[in-house]
Amino acid sequence: MSLITATGLTVKVGDVTALSGVNFAIRQGEIVTIVGPNGSGKSTLLRALIGAVPPAQGLVERAPKLKIGYVPQKLAIDATLPLTVRRFLNLPHRRTDAEIDQALRDTGVSGQVDRQMSTLSGGQFQRVMLARAVMDRPDLLILDEATQGLDQPGSAAFYQMIADLRDKLGCAVLMVSHELHVVMSASDRVICLNGHVCCEGAPDVVVSAPEYRALFGTGTGGALALYRHEHSHSHDHDHSHHDHEAAQ
Amino acid sequence: MLDDFLVRAALAGVGVAIAAAPLGCFVVWRRMAYFGEATAHAAILGIAMSLAFSMSIFVGTLAAALVMALVISGLSQRTYAMDTLLGVVAHSSLAVGLVAVSLMDGVRVDLMSYLFGDILAVSRGDLAVIWMGSLAVCGLVAWRWSALLTATLNPDLATAAGIDARREQLIFTLALAVTVAVAIKVVGVLLITAMLVIPGAAARPFSRTPEVMAAIAMVIGTVAALGGLRLSFIYDTPTGPTIVCVLAAAFALANLRALFAAKRQS
Repeated sequence: MSLITATGLTVKVGDVTALSGVNFAIRQGEIVTIVGPNGSGKSTLLRALIGAVPPAQGLVERAPKLKIGYVPQKLAIDATLPLTVRRFLNLPHRRTDAEIDQALRDTGVSGQVDRQMSTLSGGQFQRVMLARAVMDRPDLLILDEATQGLDQPGSAAFYQMIADLRDKLGCAVLMVSHELHVVMSASDRVICLNGHVCCEGAPDVVVSAPEYRALFGTGTGGALALYRHEHSHSHDHDHSHHDHEAAQ
Repeated sequence: MLDDFLVRAALAGVGVAIAAAPLGCFVVWRRMAYFGEATAHAAILGIAMSLAFSMSIFVGTLAAALVMALVISGLSQRTYAMDTLLGVVAHSSLAVGLVAVSLMDGVRVDLMSYLFGDILAVSRGDLAVIWMGSLAVCGLVAWRWSALLTATLNPDLATAAGIDARREQLIFTLALAVTVAVAIKVVGVLLITAMLVIPGAAARPFSRTPEVMAAIAMVIGTVAALGGLRLSFIYDTPTGPTIVCVLAAAFALANLRALFAAKRQS
């Protein structure tokens, strides 16, 4: 059975309808990536799934005793709030030192436990957030553009770590991303969102879907193909060059 | 012992300081200094109400502060930025309150004592109210500490962990209103924000965790209350403002020290 099911989900942010009629489900152990342009309701969908925004219509059902590990898009810690990594990982529940060490080792930031959160680099900060999210041994890990501000090798490493954690913990992973080429290859399923579900399916299927191409253009599709199939390089180059001229 | 007005004043000051300091840390972390200010200013409306209906000042100010805090928490920020709205609300309620008090027939009130506090006139009854309110606030903050801290960091993070961020906000608002109501007698509506914000701000350079910051803020608040009382006795200055002066000096010293420490390291 699925961990979270949304049926006919419509969410309003103020007067604006951010999502309409979204059907969504995620199974145990599955990695699902949501892609979509800015303002397409990606974050709103995640927030509705964790219960932070109420649905205007439709239903969100969570499996009983579902444990969710959540990594928000960005966590702005006010400079006036002193917070060590250890204290952060103890929020909201106390953890043993062994649990904290284990979580930090799993996410590759062991040894940072007494640093102030504000002194961590972007990559370390994200890993500490991830450490906190996995500490509960969640059934479902939800990440909202977790690689924002990381460079390409940094985010590739981050996604590899998430895939490893999924294998280790057996949790499902739901993430939102704009870095299509890196994410998609690691996903079991991709959902293309633009206020509603445009298309969904295995990465290969979604990339060739006309709805996806309409949203992201052939340029992005080309970049993805370039990344995954080296042989198409010259074709893609010509193609994008052609596009560029056409735009002028 | 309680017969001595200075002892009562000292106890009142300490009572307010130990509640205001940890709550004030949240005011600082959540960037809600102006929110606290608006809540405090609304208390003058409560005073006008208390005088009009001859009920206890504590009840009147508590009700006014609570209503104001709830109204501004619920205000949408569509047209105006929050700080603009707070500016409108804070100063309007202060002005309306002052006008309302002056319009009342046959009531001669010393407005200055409500604006800047009158700690030397604290009665045994006031002392009981201050300590009961203050201990209630301390208990509430201690009880909700972890949840409140998580919600302060990020409301969604709190929601995912099963914490109702809106409920925590409500509890915080309630604690703020109680603190305002008990602090009026000590520092007055105009200086309450200082009792909330400055101890935490002064404690920041010495703190590595939120708990340490709250504890140091309590110490700074208590020392300032006692020190300000003593100084105002010696130099015959108004007590509430003197306490705030000591707090301001503590803040300056704390940051000077942090500045020099940073220089030495670099």
